[in-house]
This record gives sequence, structure tokens and C-alpha cells, in this order.
Amino acid sequence: MRLIFEKSISGKRGVRFPERDVPSACNIPDGLKRKNYAELPEVSELDTVRHFTQLSQHNMGVDTNFYPLGSCTMKYNPKICEEAVLYKGLADLHPLIPQLPDGNKLTQGALQVLYETSQFLSEITGMAEFTMQPLAGAHGELTGTMMIAAYHASRGQKRKKVIIPDSAHGTNPASAAIAGYEVVSVPSNAEGVIDLDEFKKALDKETAAVMLTCPNTLGLFNTQIKKIADKTHEAGGLMYYDGANLNAILGKIRPGDIGFDIVHVNLHKTFGTPHGGGGPGAGPVGVKKNLVEFLPISRVVKKTDGTYALEYNYPSSIGYIAPFYGNFGVILKAYIYILLLGQKGLTRVAENSVLNANYIMKKLEPYYHLPYMRTCMHEFVISAVKQKKNGVRAVDIAKRLMDFGFHAPTVYFPLIVEEAIMIEPTETESKQTLDKFIDIMIKIAKEADENPKITKTAPHNLGISRLDEVKAAREPKLRWTK
Amino acid sequence: MPYISNTDEERAKMLAELGLNSIEKLFKDIPPELMSSSFNLPKGKSELEVRRFIKELASKNITDLICFLGGGFYDHFVPAAVGAITSRSEFYTAYTPYQAEVSQGTLQSIYEYQSVISSLTGMDVTNASLYDGGTAICEAIMMAVRITRKKKIIVDEAVNPIYRKMLHSYAANLNFESIDVPVGKDGRADRKTIESELDNNTACIVLQNPNFFGCIDDVSDLADLAHTSGSLIILSTYPVSLGILKSPGEMNVDIATGEGQSLGLGLCFGGPYLGLMATRSKYIRQMPGRIVGETADKNGKRGFVLTLQTREQHIRREKATSNICSNEALCALSALVYLTLVGKHGLRELAELCNVKACYARKRFLEIPEIKQKFDSPIFNEFTLELPANAEDVISKLVHKGIMAGFPLGRYYKNMKNCILVALSEKRTKKEIDFFAESLGEIL
Repeated sequence: MRLIFEKSISGKRGVRFPERDVPSACNIPDGLKRKNYAELPEVSELDTVRHFTQLSQHNMGVDTNFYPLGSCTMKYNPKICEEAVLYKGLADLHPLIPQLPDGNKLTQGALQVLYETSQFLSEITGMAEFTMQPLAGAHGELTGTMMIAAYHASRGQKRKKVIIPDSAHGTNPASAAIAGYEVVSVPSNAEGVIDLDEFKKALDKETAAVMLTCPNTLGLFNTQIKKIADKTHEAGGLMYYDGANLNAILGKIRPGDIGFDIVHVNLHKTFGTPHGGGGPGAGPVGVKKNLVEFLPISRVVKKTDGTYALEYNYPSSIGYIAPFYGNFGVILKAYIYILLLGQKGLTRVAENSVLNANYIMKKLEPYYHLPYMRTCMHEFVISAVKQKKNGVRAVDIAKRLMDFGFHAPTVYFPLIVEEAIMIEPTETESKQTLDKFIDIMIKIAKEADENPKITKTAPHNLGISRLDEVKAAREPKLRWTK
Repeated sequence: MPYISNTDEERAKMLAELGLNSIEKLFKDIPPELMSSSFNLPKGKSELEVRRFIKELASKNITDLICFLGGGFYDHFVPAAVGAITSRSEFYTAYTPYQAEVSQGTLQSIYEYQSVISSLTGMDVTNASLYDGGTAICEAIMMAVRITRKKKIIVDEAVNPIYRKMLHSYAANLNFESIDVPVGKDGRADRKTIESELDNNTACIVLQNPNFFGCIDDVSDLADLAHTSGSLIILSTYPVSLGILKSPGEMNVDIATGEGQSLGLGLCFGGPYLGLMATRSKYIRQMPGRIVGETADKNGKRGFVLTLQTREQHIRREKATSNICSNEALCALSALVYLTLVGKHGLRELAELCNVKACYARKRFLEIPEIKQKFDSPIFNEFTLELPANAEDVISKLVHKGIMAGFPLGRYYKNMKNCILVALSEKRTKKEIDFFAESLGEIL
């Protein structure tokens, strides 16, 4: 498709502003003005709408296609949430109002949303208190790691290591490293979970924390989790829970009950807020009682008279990590999601996501290599090693799925499985969709045997064939220029 | 069951395929003593009930005040077409475009976004977005620390105080040292003090234009100064002002950042917003976040992909330039659609409109004898007034008249208890400004 700049014609306008109604003139000195206009497109409103509508048609989303992207929890996003964020009093609320005199009184509805969502998340995860501020999952990890550092500092310690399994999301080691920690990567065992002996070897008095996803990125629950937590605590370390896979355990297990001290939750995964093509997300962080004093400021509190307020006076806090109170629009959607589903609904989310994943896994097992033969949780990882013998790799299978109207699963992650294909169907997909997906996966497995060329050269039906990523990186062209 | 489509019968069939007779069996790996000790949540409600409840909550927030409150977050007009595009679920229900062939819509729009922001800031390259204007400054500082291998940061005190607070907590935890420098008498960066603080250990100087007090500046001289000592200059900008103001690129800035909220995003109580970041080509491999590049498919047809990914956490893990994963893609789309609609000449017109309204308002307020202009510097759309009374009290009184008068600077600047920061946008009419001036005259 042509770029919007290539459709630009001098003199066209997409919006008109009101005429000047004040007698003053512009008083910016010439020396402070830019020399040339910024090169923005010149198009009409129709040109704009048609361009972007057509672009949207070159995308797959959850609303248009099954999107089994492992570890991303691409569930259906209820439409009421999209409507509610546009309500007057929410969409137009200035974030500085609570900082005006008596400002809390002017924003009671919004503060209640923040407070109650944090309370819900505390109950769901078994934590004492939450901050709603982190603006994404990785931002939550950084916030959590900063609190880990503050906790040890308050005890006069400067521990330097964070232990992370080799199956972890890349954000875990990156967040720990940014906060100044040395990352110790521990291998997984034959069962696909962190190797206990290797873990014990890595654990010592320099261990500030252990960062884990549970179930892990292979979709496997670690039955030794309590033991790991106990050992970590004995060594004086903290347990950090990456909530990326919380969808599997809602109402079944709470990170707080099994020994975790800090947890971040990805609202855009478990709590049904849309992923936006790569954000905005939200990554609230919860902590146990002994870490509450380090939470970022501001904090939303409920006063004895039932009103809500922002409080700033916490001397041990790690300080400000976001400008305001979090991605409010995203938090509001998650709040509505929790209200709609309630206790039973959330438990059924976990049950159905786990059932859907196991169902697909069972059906695909005769056709693809399954590196870990166990009941999975909300997702599972198969490998294309069988198909690789014919030259068909995970990426080829991913691209071929697109020809049949499916978004690809996550491929080549986790890094510990060769030719990994990670499938997460979520609870919102029907048996009919799963059956169709299974049929196509089987068809592709057969095709990889009988006619591998067609798989290796996919996609064929999208109007665009496989894109050259090497060329993009070697000769970076990162913007349009006149 | 809301949003779960399978029936009990279908579930039973699926379980039978697994050789199980109950869903509970799927959770058999979990030792019973680890099962939830509590899950005390309310009963689910219908959409109708929830909608009614949320509307009630919304009504507990103040609305309908005439907004002169800014402080980096502005009440701009958003054309309807912006929402019409961003509410297309092909965009908002997709995720990070790892699979390029089914994500060309998102990828091309990010490429176009990178193009408009690069041009607007006068910089070479832009990333696909960061969380907000504040984290963008923190990321820019970390980038400057990596590039220069130095650890001292000089920060002008007229950088948004909320961002400075964020920067302080990042500094405390991420091992760099920051020094805040008060502004000069004219409300702009104090060249002398900055020069005396600048040394061989300085990674960067951080500035904002227009600054928090509303003053505008040309920081080219500070950029030259920084460069002579091997330091970088980071400038936080307000993108609407770039319709008319000298761009960071024209001032020789190394990293331009900014809050993109003014580009078609609602105020939404603080987020989601949009972190802008643009830089020089030579620093691209130290830039955090996603970047989209042009390439071709095997038939030579143009297409777009995520590129230079070896900087990123999913490849480099602990050696990545940043931990960022999800960014603010949908907000970047809003900004792109907004800038497309407003267009090349429209943005200049909009910037002038904001400026003339601010000039008129300031003139009206200064007609009140008790009110003084705090700083004698040119402004864009926002300015600082010194009142004869505590600014917080004045703001409270004006709320009762239906006016959100501005921000009391005493909250962040101890010696500015009587100062108020007033912002104008194209949405404010002469009638509203006159009403504000009259009301202010009455209560003083």
C-alpha cells in the first residue's frame, strides 16, 4: 500500500480550526521559530479515513482471526470496556486535578476505580497491597526490582544477584539488569521446570531475588515451587512472580499463598484489556506486607469516612515511577472485566483456558514432537523437529497457518526448545475454532511430509509474501523522506 | 458464561478426549496444600448493571469546568476521525507485529508515525513509542549514560517537576547522579550555573521547551556547550508547539523526547499516554524500544518489519538497551492519525491559535493591577502569573465559579506559593477567557 505521504497533495486539509476570536497577534520572536514546516501529509478527512481503514484490513486481530500467540493471552476483549472509557468524567478527566486544593473530592469516582481494582488484584493474587502505576508488564518488573533493592538496602544489605530460569521472558533479565543486578540464569530440567540442584547451587547470600513465571513459559506448573520459595527465603532472598501466565491459575492458586513476595500482573493479558497492536498495557505490582513501605508514590487510600484520597508521605518509598496513577484507561477496562466475571467467572477463565490448551495439545501430539509429555496449563510448546527433517521449520509452519486464516503461534520461544511453537488458545475460543485450527495444523504436518516446498514458501494468500528481515536490518530505512 | 462460548456438553466431550471426567483433574499437578486459601470476590454482574455503575462513578468526577489547567497535559480538540480509526478492532485487538505478513497495517502505521515524529522534531530517527513523556526522559538518560559512559546528569529545574521526581527515583535505583539547576531570573535555563556544573563526567544536560513555567527558549548554545565536553543534550518537547517553534534538530539536540498526549489522546486521568523519542542516526543502536523498517518481500513488493531487534530484550535479554516490551502502539496510531488530519499547514495554524489565545489571556490578566507577570520571556500557550494571594486559595474559589484556573506552582516550587500556571488551547474561546479574567478580578 502507498504511504500516506505519497497520497499528499499540497493544499488539502483534513480538519479546520475555528477562526481567531481574540484580537492578539502571535508574539513568538522569529529566532525561536522553526525554519521549515514539518513534513506532515496534506490529505482530506476522507483520504485519511480510507487510508487507515485500508491499513487496518492488512492486520489480523482477535476480532478477525484466532490468535494463539503463546504467552500473550490473546483473549476476546469485551466491548463494554471500549465504550466505558469514553464516558464523560473519565475520558476527559485531567490528571492534575487531585493535586489541586481539595482535588481528591473532585475525582472520587476515578480514585474508587483505582482503589477497588487494587483490592481485587490483592485478593486474586494473595498480596497485601498493589500499586497501579506501572505502565506495562516490563515496567512492573522494573518497579518490583527497585523495591527488591530498597528492601535489602533497608536491611543494610547490598545483594548483587537475581536468579532467573533459562525459560523466562526476556524482560525478566533485562529488568533485573537495568536495576543493576547481575543475572544468574539457571537451566531447566527434563520436566521443563527450573532444575532444583542447579538452583540450589546458584542460591546464596548474594541472591537478592528469584524471578519466576508459574506456570512457566512452557505452560508447566512447577510442583516444587514451595520448596524453591522456602529455600530462597532461608537464604534471605525474595520471590518475584511474573504474572504473564496468571490466566491459568485464577481462583486455583495465589502467588501469595505459595511463597511469592512480589507479583506483577499484565492487565492486557489476564484481565481482558486489548493489546492495541503493542500497547498500551498495564503492569500493576502487588507486594506482601513486609514490602508495602517501598511501594511507589502516590498511593490511593480509603479513609474511614469512606472517601478516597491520594497519599504521598511514605519516606521509604522508591518514589515516582510514573507521572500519575497508572494507565487509567487500561485499569478501568480491567476493573469492568472483573466486575462482569466475578468470582466464578474468573475461576472458569482458568479452567477453560487450561482445558482448551490440553485439548489442542492432545490432538496435535501424534503429528508434532512434544518435548514435555505432561498436562499443560493455559499454553503448551510443541517442536517442529520432526518437520525439520524435511527442511520445514517452525517459522514456515507459522507462516503457512496464516494462509488458512490463523494468526501464528509464538515461535522460537522459549529458547530452550528447538524449533519451538508455543500455542495459547485462551478460554474465549470455541471448540469449533479449536477443531478447525487442529485440522489445519495436521494438514500442515502432512504437507511438510509430502510437499514441503509449499510450507517453506508460505504465505501464499496474503497479497504479500515472506518479508526480508535481513535486508531491513542491513540497510535500515526507518522513515519516509521527500 | 460471559465470554466463554463452549457449552457444558462440549466441555464434557473435550474432557472425554483427554480421558478425564472433570476439569479439576487438569489441575492435578498442583499440590492440594498450595490451592487458593481465599478468592473472595463479588458475584459477576450483567453488562447493563456494570454500565449503570460505571456511569455513576463517572458522575462522581468533576466535569464541565472550563479548563485552563495544563502542566504538560492539555485539553486539545480531538477530531472524530481519530477515534473512528483507533476503534477499529483490526488495530486494537492485534498485538506486537512479530508476524509481519499479517501485521502490515500496524507496521506501516508505525513507519508513518516514525516519519512524522522525525520530521516534527527535526531528528533523524524515531522509535515506535515509549510509555509516556516521563519514562521517555528516563530512557533517554540511560541511553546517554550508555553512549558517553558517564554518570552525571544536569537537569534544568523547569523540566516538568513530576518528570524530575521520576528521574530522581530512577537515578537512586539505577546508579546515576543527577543535579537540579534552578532557572535564571527570566524563567529560562541558567547558562552560567549549567556551565559551572558541566564537567568531564557529565553524560547529559536535560531541558524542556517550552519549559514548565511556559517560557520558550533556543538551547542551541547549551547544545554546543554540552558537545564540547563530550556530553549529550536531551530536550523534552510539547509536540503541538513544534508546529511553530524551533525544532530540537535545529537546536542540535541529541535526543528529543516528549509527551504525545496532545496529539489526539484524551486526558483520561493520566494515561494511557505516549512517550516520544527521536535521535540522531549515529545513536540508533543505543535507542530503546521497537523500530520499524522498510523492506521487500521475495517478489520485491514493499513491506515493513520490526528491525534492529538485536537491541531488544527478547533477543539480548540482560544485555538489551532497555527492558521495554509492550509500548503504546495504539496511542502512536492516534498521534499519526491526528497529525495526518491536522496536516502540514494545520499544525502551524493550531500552534499560532494556541499562542494568540495565551497572549490575549495574559494581557487580560495583567490588566488586573494586583497581578504580575512572573517571568519576562516569550511564551507559547502557557504562562506563569504571580498573584497577590496564595494560588491554591484562588484556584479553589474559581472552581466554584466553574473554572479550572491552572496549576499552583507552590506544590513543587517552595518559593512560588502565589504563582499559578495557566494554559490555553484552541478550545478556549474569548468569552471563556474574559469570564476567567473577570472572575479573577472579582475574587482578588
